[in-house]
Amino acid sequence: MAAIPATARPPAATRRPMSRRSKQLLMAAPMVLLLVTFLVYPSAQLFLLSFQRGDGFSLENYQRLLGTPVYLTVMMLTLKISVVTTIFAVIAGYPVAYLISILPRATKGRILFWILLSFWTSFLVRAFAWIILLGRNGVVNQLLQTLGITDAPVALMYNFPAVVIGMVHALLPLAVLTMLSVMENIDRNLTRAASTLGAKPGMAFWKVYFPLSFPGVTSGALMVFVTAIGFFIFPALLGGRRETMITQIIIEQIIQTMNWGFAAAVAVLLLVVVLLVFVIYDRAVGLSTVTGEARATARRRGKGIFSQVGDAILTGLGHGSDAIIGLFPRRRQAREGAPRPLTAFVVALLAVMTLPVLLMIPLSFADSGLNWPPQGFTLRWYEQIFNSPIWMSALTRSLVVGLCTATLALLIGTPVAFLMVRGRMRGKTALLAFTLMPVVMPNMILSVGLFYLYARIGLVGTNLGLIIGHTVIAVPYVVLTVMSVLRNYDSRLDLAAQSLGATPWVTLRLVTLPIIGAGMISAFLFAFTISFDELTIALFTSGGVSATLPKQLWDEVSLSISPLLAAVSTCLFLFVTVLIVLAGLLNRRQK
Amino acid sequence: MSTLETQGLGKVYGDFVALAPTDLKVEKAEFLTLLGPSGSGKTTLLSLIAGLAEADSGRILMNGRDVTHAAPYQRDIGMMFQNYALFPHMTVAENIAFPLKMRRTPAADARRLVQEALDMVRLPHIADRYPKELSGGQQQRVALARCTIYRPSVILMDEPLGALDKKLRDQMQFEILRIHKEIGGTIVYVTHDQEEAMTMSDRICLMNGGRIAQLGSPADLYFRPQSLFVADFLGEANLLAGRLVSGAGGEGVVRLGDDSEIRVTLPAPLAAGAAVRVMLRPQNLRLEETPGEGPTATLRASSVTGASTKFFLEAPALASDPLIATRATAMSAHAPEPGRDYRLSFDPRDAVAIPAEEAA
Repeated sequence: MAAIPATARPPAATRRPMSRRSKQLLMAAPMVLLLVTFLVYPSAQLFLLSFQRGDGFSLENYQRLLGTPVYLTVMMLTLKISVVTTIFAVIAGYPVAYLISILPRATKGRILFWILLSFWTSFLVRAFAWIILLGRNGVVNQLLQTLGITDAPVALMYNFPAVVIGMVHALLPLAVLTMLSVMENIDRNLTRAASTLGAKPGMAFWKVYFPLSFPGVTSGALMVFVTAIGFFIFPALLGGRRETMITQIIIEQIIQTMNWGFAAAVAVLLLVVVLLVFVIYDRAVGLSTVTGEARATARRRGKGIFSQVGDAILTGLGHGSDAIIGLFPRRRQAREGAPRPLTAFVVALLAVMTLPVLLMIPLSFADSGLNWPPQGFTLRWYEQIFNSPIWMSALTRSLVVGLCTATLALLIGTPVAFLMVRGRMRGKTALLAFTLMPVVMPNMILSVGLFYLYARIGLVGTNLGLIIGHTVIAVPYVVLTVMSVLRNYDSRLDLAAQSLGATPWVTLRLVTLPIIGAGMISAFLFAFTISFDELTIALFTSGGVSATLPKQLWDEVSLSISPLLAAVSTCLFLFVTVLIVLAGLLNRRQK
Repeated sequence: MSTLETQGLGKVYGDFVALAPTDLKVEKAEFLTLLGPSGSGKTTLLSLIAGLAEADSGRILMNGRDVTHAAPYQRDIGMMFQNYALFPHMTVAENIAFPLKMRRTPAADARRLVQEALDMVRLPHIADRYPKELSGGQQQRVALARCTIYRPSVILMDEPLGALDKKLRDQMQFEILRIHKEIGGTIVYVTHDQEEAMTMSDRICLMNGGRIAQLGSPADLYFRPQSLFVADFLGEANLLAGRLVSGAGGEGVVRLGDDSEIRVTLPAPLAAGAAVRVMLRPQNLRLEETPGEGPTATLRASSVTGASTKFFLEAPALASDPLIATRATAMSAHAPEPGRDYRLSFDPRDAVAIPAEEAA
């Protein structure tokens, strides 16, 4: 080998002031520093804290946690709620994702808009909408009585189904979007090929399409489960005394009893469960399916008992669906497109997803309290909000924190995205995994860790503390968004600009940024929305006069349900709608 | 002083030698084509010249100036990309004016130059349109205008016609040649299409396995290949195995596998007794029915491919692969019949003896 003698290697570093390696380090450094200081360090601190009692090492917290039946019950219930939520969200989300993936461009955008709207509407607002909807004089009860199904209002709230309904509703968009990212990449010709090879529609779906979409199903399930397990808004607002989830215990321990050690132990337990889920998932399907980096790697395709059983089930499902399809008169395939029943189902589901929030809007203008149907018209609640110094200062704080967070996240995340897409370096996967840690880790753990850290360095109740915390959460989304923008960007344009005489800086300014600009603004808006809706961190590190809008709303909801809150929720909802429309318009203009 | 010169220029990726140390000179106003199969090093060489990749060894000189470690924007080059790489957010005029702007050309001059460039590529009326509103051929012309407008010393073209269909490609070949003449620019052109290379080039640099296999005019490479690779890569070739009996003054005699002796051309001197392959282009091979001297082969099949008809012949003693002879398609009463033996005749000037052992 070695055809080239290592001759005439020029003296290095005459032209380049900085080596590629140090440039890469510099690009990743701010993000790594941020996550190490405000995610890894506080979490580690929390971990140590959980083993402390007084000054020494102790397992007391864990003994108490595992030895008290109540906590075990809560843990089991948390798992149960999360599993049930996951199952429903994935099953209901699959047809929606499937329909979106097969729709033509124009219609696709319209349906996707509604999904995104739900996705970005804050959990708090949606939980509040369900409170109004399921209340004694809410829409559902009124409907049941009008239809004559019940005589008197039924207790629809403060029970297990209410919590699950709220959570499925909250997480359905996440399930849809995750599954969609896989389905969009499935070659539509494959099912057509199957049918030319003699497969009936049902068989073609279950034996060809479904197995290909399965990574989407599993990663959708994973995302939903991991998010669900860290929820506290829905069980707290829609559940009864018995529907307590594990994060509520953490809140209770910190806010009411200030028992850091025990709260830390609960947080560690939560983290262990989440990590366990990830490990199991990685063993079973492989984590690469989640980031969408999955290449068609030839997975070990042993004809094991499981794959045989799976195959048999799919074949059975194929025969079954074909038998059912055969019962109906054969429609001539005049139009290429989605089957009608599917469209009907998806439209209905979208209505259910959007309606609760929309129904809240008229109530915010009503003079009749939160009773359905709304009567009278008043702007009283809105006036109250705008005249209230508490609400207005919360709004200002949320806006300021949101804008700063978005700016900071963009500044920190963009170089990392460039590095991930463009850079040639080892350990890229590791860096990406590190970047995604805040997504994977339940926010509650981060919040408690930050609270403990902030308490010592005096950041509690400050905007800076909020901005840092929110940036930690928002950075991964910025990285992912900018990465997808950069993937679609033809880097030969940069080379062209340089060959035409543009310096790297001029290339960035005149070519790269103008083209990816719209995508960058989307990333900015995402980061802003994340911060604007964020409650968990704000729960501990903001409060009283320094509350953010979601925190203020949460405090009020916990105290009393009033039409004023419907007005606040409406404002929040409209604000997010405007942002999404804005992002959509930007994207369209770019194309 | 050459417009462009590489001295021992090389590039290695890990263990893979993308480009062995290469010496190459390109003269002013020359059209040089880098031709070769994929992985032959032609694109690597182009990237090194453009400054899009960094050389591991050797030097690059442009008009005598060492630019080996200069950034792309510091070299006086123009580059045409395979996918055109027009800036989607700029109009055609802005795209073409981009290099002028980089060179701080006064706006008025720039406007005039852009219009001239658009006239030159025969698209005078599309200045305000965006690239996505243009057809493939139009985008191509705009890209051509953009990389030539500032008269760079060297214009690099990386398979610029790869994405076009056959008809448009022929048109654009002509167009590029016309502009090449008009501006007197120096062009280094990369392609894997040998027909394109032969049509357009002053010289072809045929590459294989990260090295130059042969450098010369299209006719040189086609008629006087110095290696089996070159003979095989450019056009179809019959290669008959044999041994050199004697040779001097560019001519020689070769004894073929069936013991027949033929007169051949020797592009490079070879020792008597050397194993050689005799290259015969199909169109130079005639099938004779009359008896006489020379090798014979059995006709197995024929097919009309359009303007020419192909004959497939079998002669195990001469070559393991079937031999191919072509002639202009015509209605004829005396069409050769499959199954019959034919004597092969050819002009000794068309029979080129090439050393049988391939170097690479």
